[in-house]
Amino acid sequence: MKFLKREDIPGLLGRLSERFRVYVPVKRAEVVLWRPWREGVQPALEHQGTEPPKAVLFPRSETLLRFGCERKEVQVEETIEAPPTVIFGSRPCDARGFLIYDRVFLDEGNPDPYYRARREATTIVTVLCLDPERTCFCSTVGGGPLDEEGSDLVLLPLEGGYLAKALTPKGEALLGDGAFVEASEGQLSEAERLRERAKMEPLLELDGIPERFNESFTSDLWERVSQKCISCGACTFLCPTCYCFNITDERTPEGAERLRNWDACMFYHYTLEASGHNPRPTKAERYRNRIGHKFSYYPSLYEGLFACCGCGRCIKSCPVSLDIREVLRELVSYGK
Amino acid sequence: MIDKLKEAVREHLEELELVIGYGEGYDPLHATPIFVRRPEEVDRLLWNPLCVYNLATYLYGLKGKKVGVVVKGCDSRSVLQLLNEGLISREEVFLFGLPCSGVLDLRKLAERVDVGRVEEVSWQEGKILVRTREKEETIPLEEVLQDRCLSCPYPTPLIYDVLLGDPLPPKGENEALLRQVKELEELTPPERLRYWKEELERCIRCYACRNACPLCVCQDWCAAEARDPHWISMRDGVKEKWMWQVLHALHLAGRCTGCGECERACPMGIPLLRIRMKINAELRELFDYEAGVKEGERPPLLTYQVSEPKIEEPKW
Repeated sequence: MKFLKREDIPGLLGRLSERFRVYVPVKRAEVVLWRPWREGVQPALEHQGTEPPKAVLFPRSETLLRFGCERKEVQVEETIEAPPTVIFGSRPCDARGFLIYDRVFLDEGNPDPYYRARREATTIVTVLCLDPERTCFCSTVGGGPLDEEGSDLVLLPLEGGYLAKALTPKGEALLGDGAFVEASEGQLSEAERLRERAKMEPLLELDGIPERFNESFTSDLWERVSQKCISCGACTFLCPTCYCFNITDERTPEGAERLRNWDACMFYHYTLEASGHNPRPTKAERYRNRIGHKFSYYPSLYEGLFACCGCGRCIKSCPVSLDIREVLRELVSYGK
Repeated sequence: MIDKLKEAVREHLEELELVIGYGEGYDPLHATPIFVRRPEEVDRLLWNPLCVYNLATYLYGLKGKKVGVVVKGCDSRSVLQLLNEGLISREEVFLFGLPCSGVLDLRKLAERVDVGRVEEVSWQEGKILVRTREKEETIPLEEVLQDRCLSCPYPTPLIYDVLLGDPLPPKGENEALLRQVKELEELTPPERLRYWKEELERCIRCYACRNACPLCVCQDWCAAEARDPHWISMRDGVKEKWMWQVLHALHLAGRCTGCGECERACPMGIPLLRIRMKINAELRELFDYEAGVKEGERPPLLTYQVSEPKIEEPKW
């Protein structure tokens, strides 16, 4: 097991950035955002980021292809861009979010080449959580504060630094840097003690929730729980597992390009059809879809897994403090 | 005040389809909007400086129903403005007015305590007591109230059906906010450009600012999201984000009452109220007009005069 001293982190990031694009959480005004590391940038590793690192693998807006027309010839140019990248300082919930993405975008029958290229080129370094926030509920949806799944290297916060453990060859490769030194016996036993303390009980049992959802589909539950929702996209855009997008063709000075942009099922336009019909005309249907996708549709497609990592960002960043855990509680007891 | 509020809601609930008020939120630091329909739900109502939400935001979407709503002084201005623009009708709203001495700015509080791990909150005269697992802090409210509350000109609702408490005197003329605007005005244009570029760069176009705004009634039909014509690209550049925020600000010129919900709702902490206050100050200067303070007043940009006294016409 290796140890990384806190004061050695800038040096490590400097050396890494010679070989990789390195993204770190950075404090800007009162929020913590993911930005490329540069000399002098202090990574904010102590707190969960206001946003997850999802945009590193799934950009808010990306060019899928460029096209134009010259002498009656249509030209199409592929635009996959995937330089070697390190995400340094994600949380277990953030890493888990990418596992949810993988099942969709790396689907064997129909993989997404853009996501796949970036995913393969990216190493995820996760800081484990010893003191979850009040909005955290990762252990309820299959994760946990010490969950290592989805990370290449995990860092456990200790006095003066982090105990580092590689989980994949990609993570192992980073450990070769001189900043990682052999951990002492004392550090190892302190880590054990902290691990024991950090365990987190699930808030509620979600067994049978896909079925409860189907039963509740036409009930007034959805109108009730979505009453205070203002139909913005803060919850979806800050969610590590939400991946909905829209595709548009837009002009550029040279020709045109096809863009893929984040979209959100909380928006009216998301399901507006060309005919003018909208199958989800009010926020009740849209909020129902958000819950349904995460706790019924997704698990029915992918091994019973929930498309929620319990990070709690949708709760703490909601402009009206809508609590998804309350909705899940209502849903679990639906019909009982 | 809360007992008076509950009593009043109980008394009028029967004649209303629902009453929108504040209830307990997901942790001791958060209240949340609640929708009261039955008498047994009245006891869930709450009133304290955590009641930050402007509940007038829900009114336009509930048109056609007779709705009761709890309003602070600032919120009542949104109601007045909605009425003055003919967007809601007076017969359909019943206003439970609460004189308010200010609501909390959780971002200010976050600089003092670990807001993600708060276990208990209590109140003392002019102070908030916050307990986390590690420590207990007593903080004077003045230090953690929203800036707009520090020199609030209208602590008492300007329109109401019942007023539940003694009227409070104005705290000022919005000096705290106007000072921020002045600071920006004193920057050179390139400095100011840099300031806004840096602030707007983090916009994620989630439209929380728009949807939390009580006057942004276009909602689903907002030009920012229109796909045909596609007015604003969804490219992730400062230019596009800026375009959206300018669109938002200009559509609120002469309509914005400065309730600050755009800024509070923004998950990225962008100081949007500064844009609003600047435009509001211009409107005041040009048209001697302040939105949502007088019943029956016509917003200057919803009408026109052949010549405006403070706008110099070009001489042909």
